[in-house]
Amino acid sequence: MQDRNQAHRIRKRISTALTLLALFIIMLIICVPGLWIVLNSFRPTVEIMAKPPVWTPSFTLEHYRAMFGGAGEGGVPVFAYFRNSLIISVTSTLIAILIGMAGGYTFARYRFAGKSSWFVGLMIFRAVPGVALSLPLFIVFARIGLIDTHLGLILVYVAMNVPFTIWLTDGFFRQIPKELHEAAEIDGCTRWQAFWKVEFPVARSGVASAAIFAFLTSWNEFALASQLTRSVGSKTMPVGLLDFTAEFTINWGGMCALAVLMIIPALILTFLVQKHLIAGLTFGGVKG
Amino acid sequence: MAEVSLTSVEKYYGKFKAVHGIDLQIEDGEFVVLVGPSGCGKSTTLRMIAGLENISGGEVTIGDRVVNDLPPRERNISMVFQNYALYPHMTVRENLGFSLKIANQPESAIDKAVDEAAHILGLDELMDRRPGELSGGQRQRVAMGRAIVRHPDVYLFDEPLSNLDAKLRTQMRVEIKKLHKKVGNTIIYVTHDQVEAMTLADRIVLMKDGHIIQAGTPLELFDAPVDTFVATFIGSPPMNLLNAKISGPSMVLEDGAQLPVPTDAKDLVRDGQDVVLGFRADSLSPVGHGIEETGLKAEVELDVQLTEPLGTETLLFVDFGGKEVQAKMHNPRHVAVGETLTFQLQIDKCHLFDASSGRAIRN
Ligand SMILES: Nc1ncnc2c1ncn2[C@@H]1O[C@H](COP(=O)(O)OP(=O)(O)OP(=O)(O)O)[C@@H](O)[C@H]1O
Ligand SMILES: [Mg+2]
Repeated sequence: MQDRNQAHRIRKRISTALTLLALFIIMLIICVPGLWIVLNSFRPTVEIMAKPPVWTPSFTLEHYRAMFGGAGEGGVPVFAYFRNSLIISVTSTLIAILIGMAGGYTFARYRFAGKSSWFVGLMIFRAVPGVALSLPLFIVFARIGLIDTHLGLILVYVAMNVPFTIWLTDGFFRQIPKELHEAAEIDGCTRWQAFWKVEFPVARSGVASAAIFAFLTSWNEFALASQLTRSVGSKTMPVGLLDFTAEFTINWGGMCALAVLMIIPALILTFLVQKHLIAGLTFGGVKG
Repeated sequence: MAEVSLTSVEKYYGKFKAVHGIDLQIEDGEFVVLVGPSGCGKSTTLRMIAGLENISGGEVTIGDRVVNDLPPRERNISMVFQNYALYPHMTVRENLGFSLKIANQPESAIDKAVDEAAHILGLDELMDRRPGELSGGQRQRVAMGRAIVRHPDVYLFDEPLSNLDAKLRTQMRVEIKKLHKKVGNTIIYVTHDQVEAMTLADRIVLMKDGHIIQAGTPLELFDAPVDTFVATFIGSPPMNLLNAKISGPSMVLEDGAQLPVPTDAKDLVRDGQDVVLGFRADSLSPVGHGIEETGLKAEVELDVQLTEPLGTETLLFVDFGGKEVQAKMHNPRHVAVGETLTFQLQIDKCHLFDASSGRAIRN
């Protein structure tokens, strides 16, 4: 009996170790490119280009200094790009999440004609690759003067994100039993109050995750932004990366430095919101 | 506090008619239980009173107001849901105080009312927990607490005990009854459990397929069921039913046995009529092990098929009139399976129903 227990315990320990190892390898594969970018941003250009690659980290701030420096010495308008990215991503995320919540809630709670066709239609719309839309969008935007404006990109990102936010919030609201808002209504709420005081707080983690995804999509989007923006007044950070390419050369160090600046806010945001995602609400209000 | 009255209330879900013109007058302070098999429209009726389901036809009044077009919040009711529907993101205290907060009551009044309700239901220790950290019975009490912090005109309960285990259910049943004694408000209570209905109700309303079949006190339904459905639904074990044919002064059972017609029904049946004879297990007992009753009796020899000793009494399953029926033995002694005993049937305690309509044959 003792032996069996021991054998069992050892086997369990081995399988745990294997799982951890597998996870480690997968994480490594995911993280190495990011890590490489960070390392390269602090490396002198010679080392970046070296073959075979140099693995030992070295530290110089030359790329950062140059990036924030004057236009002549490899500088780029980082602050302007950052501000553009922030305005466009935050605004489009807010709008997409509001529309998504209204839509998701409607799909989850109400019955109306053609409901499933609407839903499928939205998902099909999402399936169209964004780049395929770049030419038509360019033509339309050029006609109505939205090229190279914040508003233009905001509209595009809202359209890209809404189907996704609807789909995600619909799923979360669907999980909330309808008795919750009914109880709130009996307790004296209007339908509107019942939503904001009960259903929204309960679905908060779902809304937060939808928001993160929408934000990251907008923050990282390159293909459409590179077509629809052209000046410092509206270029976003991903598009700004192109500033480091000249006709025959690419300034890898500078590119990596800007990329690091781009990753940081996304990391911070994810970190802040993940608490909501994981904390997830205990659905104890209703016997499951 | 208020009366509730339903006049020809109907409910359609699309083409499907879930409730067929219900009429019901509920008095101030009355404890009414809606009972019936699954899908008979109990919840639908309750939800129409609550305002959670719109009313397809007829009129619902609470107090002296017609509430058909009022939203739930203006009906001055509170409701306990089958799945409790506690707000998972709020503590017990916040759950209890929610309705008062919505009504913009001052903080001090809310605290006082919440503490009082919590005390009545023994929730004092749990005030800072979230619903997710409570047991089923505790959640149930919070749900009740949320209903009683306000003093609404009417309490609505939709199967509040069905998620609890048997012991807790019995305990909470007593609590609910005490609560009603204490607050004295009108209560409309839905259940499909006839024991709950019998023990709690001032008046039972028995429903089937969207119709009210019979409404009355628990004893009225038990002693004078209007048809075979009520007879088998109310009471445990259910009433025994045997097919019989009237032949002169006697009834002939399917196996040919003859019994006298109950005195009350003599003038109401005609020769050759097909009837259903109904009797409760208490009315059929081995000689010397029954309850002494006056009135007509008959003696029959029956084989015991199975016994279920319950302590103070034993249930005997016997073949009678071509069917297996249940008999009750008071002051039980050991009975072997297969033993033949002489049973006494209290004829005048029997019920007769018309075989084709199922309606009781009674004045
Ligand atoms: N939203 C709905 N749409 C269509 N039909 C419904 C809806 N809700 C209930 N029904 C139907 O109406 C009838 C009555 O339902 P109801 O929920 O009132 O039954 P109930 O008596 O409460 O049963 P239970 O004891 O199982 O809770 C059922 O046949 C049910 O299928
Ligand atoms: Mg029901």
